[in-house]
Amino acid sequence: MEQKDTRSGFGDALYELGQEDEKVVALCADLTGSLKMTKFKDAFPNRFFQVGIAEQNMMGIASGLATSGFIPFTGTFANFSTGRVYDQIRQSIAYSEKNVKICASHAGLTLGEDGATHQILEDIGLMKMLPGMTVVNPCDYNQTKLATKAIYKHIGPVYLRFGRPKWPIFTKETDEFVIGKAQKLAEGTDVTILATGHMVWQSLQSVEILEKEGISVELLNIHTIKPLDKVAILNSAKKTGRVLVAEEHQKSGGLGESVASLLSQNYPTKMKLVGVNDSFGESGKPLELLEKYGLSVSDIIQKVRSFD
Amino acid sequence: MNVSLQQLNKIASQTRRDIVRMVHAVQSGHPGGSLGCTEILVYLFNNYLKYRIPNHQNGEGEDVFILSNGHISPVFYSVLARVGFFELDELNTFRKLNSRLQGHPAVKEKLPGVRVATGSLGQGLSVGIGIAEGKKLNNDNRQTVVLMGDGELQEGQCWEAIMYAGHNKLHKLLAIVDFNGQQIDGATKEIMGFNELKSKFASFAWETYEMDGNNFEEIHRTFEEQKSSDGNKPRVIIMKTEMGNGVDFMMGSHKWHGIAPNDEQLEQALQQNPETLGDY
Repeated sequence: MEQKDTRSGFGDALYELGQEDEKVVALCADLTGSLKMTKFKDAFPNRFFQVGIAEQNMMGIASGLATSGFIPFTGTFANFSTGRVYDQIRQSIAYSEKNVKICASHAGLTLGEDGATHQILEDIGLMKMLPGMTVVNPCDYNQTKLATKAIYKHIGPVYLRFGRPKWPIFTKETDEFVIGKAQKLAEGTDVTILATGHMVWQSLQSVEILEKEGISVELLNIHTIKPLDKVAILNSAKKTGRVLVAEEHQKSGGLGESVASLLSQNYPTKMKLVGVNDSFGESGKPLELLEKYGLSVSDIIQKVRSFD
Repeated sequence: MNVSLQQLNKIASQTRRDIVRMVHAVQSGHPGGSLGCTEILVYLFNNYLKYRIPNHQNGEGEDVFILSNGHISPVFYSVLARVGFFELDELNTFRKLNSRLQGHPAVKEKLPGVRVATGSLGQGLSVGIGIAEGKKLNNDNRQTVVLMGDGELQEGQCWEAIMYAGHNKLHKLLAIVDFNGQQIDGATKEIMGFNELKSKFASFAWETYEMDGNNFEEIHRTFEEQKSSDGNKPRVIIMKTEMGNGVDFMMGSHKWHGIAPNDEQLEQALQQNPETLGDY
């Protein structure tokens, strides 16, 4: 299977958007190559703003550009796109209702060797708590490309989360991508898996193995964490009665908590979570890290098997 | 000047009445900095900035003003109302439930004249840079003017923004620093002094000006001077003001940063600032 990093999906789509619309502008805090924004920068130098290592200023400038009617895409690592600049996003973007697209690479454990200083596992929680913020976490290169184009059309602040490693491309360029609408990747009756980001691929691998054991799994790709596709999740929970959530994030504050809140208030369902358990990460290779922190394919399989 | 000195003084007196009455009515808000910035805001909106009413949110073809030190909202709201952005009557709603006049300026309630929420300090200059960059892309020659407090410059983000504007030669950006030397906990030089503020800006490649911010003639001279400069650097006016200016018992003290006058103090303050244009 072809592999590509999700950040390249962002960079390629940003370049295409730049060609289509002169209102698209991009900002970067000294990570142009890492964010795959070089093509945009070279093609539209006057619409590219290099801010240096100054993320707070970047968020403010993006707010001002949005005020002037432009559609700014900010690019830096997820850690510096959220925690580092939380108050700037809260006041100058979210509360000020600015049409800024906060695009964040190197999210989660799978950024690998740089270690815990850069492996943010709290960003989904931080962003989903902000009123009016849309939170999107696509699963592969093709979907990140589609998601980048979709958030361009959406009016309002968006947090787009993607990653560093090469990852299998298993969705199609022609797939439908609608913000807030879950993508069904497997139809099943025994257990529902709700996965987001890189964990969709991990979950997809587990589905095949579980099917062979006679466990019928329904897999939904929850690429949009906010707004949550409540209808799709509730329908699937009603069908299977068992829900496992898989995400490359702290269990606290992530997709799992959003789903638990939805189900406990509407259709209490047995749930299990695959995610990081109140811990920082460390240096290592992406797959090694997923295994050590309980996010491997076999972790998913074991948790599914252990449902009553 | 487009407006006579006499008229500006009249507006200032009335604005000071508005400020103390608004803050007194809800027993909360920030009179000190508001009174100190009365002349600059009256001057900007009556004699300097080019804007439309209702203005376009994107500010195209207009000078754009950002109040970065959002806590001096009373003076901002009074000036906006008195130049016609909204009805004077609405000043009665300041800081009350369901009001467009939030404690700190906000956009959610769609108050005309406000383009970004401010109050968490240190963010307005960055937003102003974004607007100035937007104007450059749009070939719009108008200025972006950001008013900041001096204490606010203790926020690191300000220096990120100052560095960016100097590096990128944003000569259509004008920052005004309200140098009243006071902040909540005491004198700025005691809390976290700047030593040489002017030379700091200059070393970041800004064109610098200084003036007495409570004197209309000096304000006018300084604004004309910076306007006629053909330099390609961003501009800053370091403006000496007196916190609480115009109300003798509030003047020069940090104690009136964020507290409201009682009934008796209100009367005294109003006696010192005659009603010139009709109270709201």
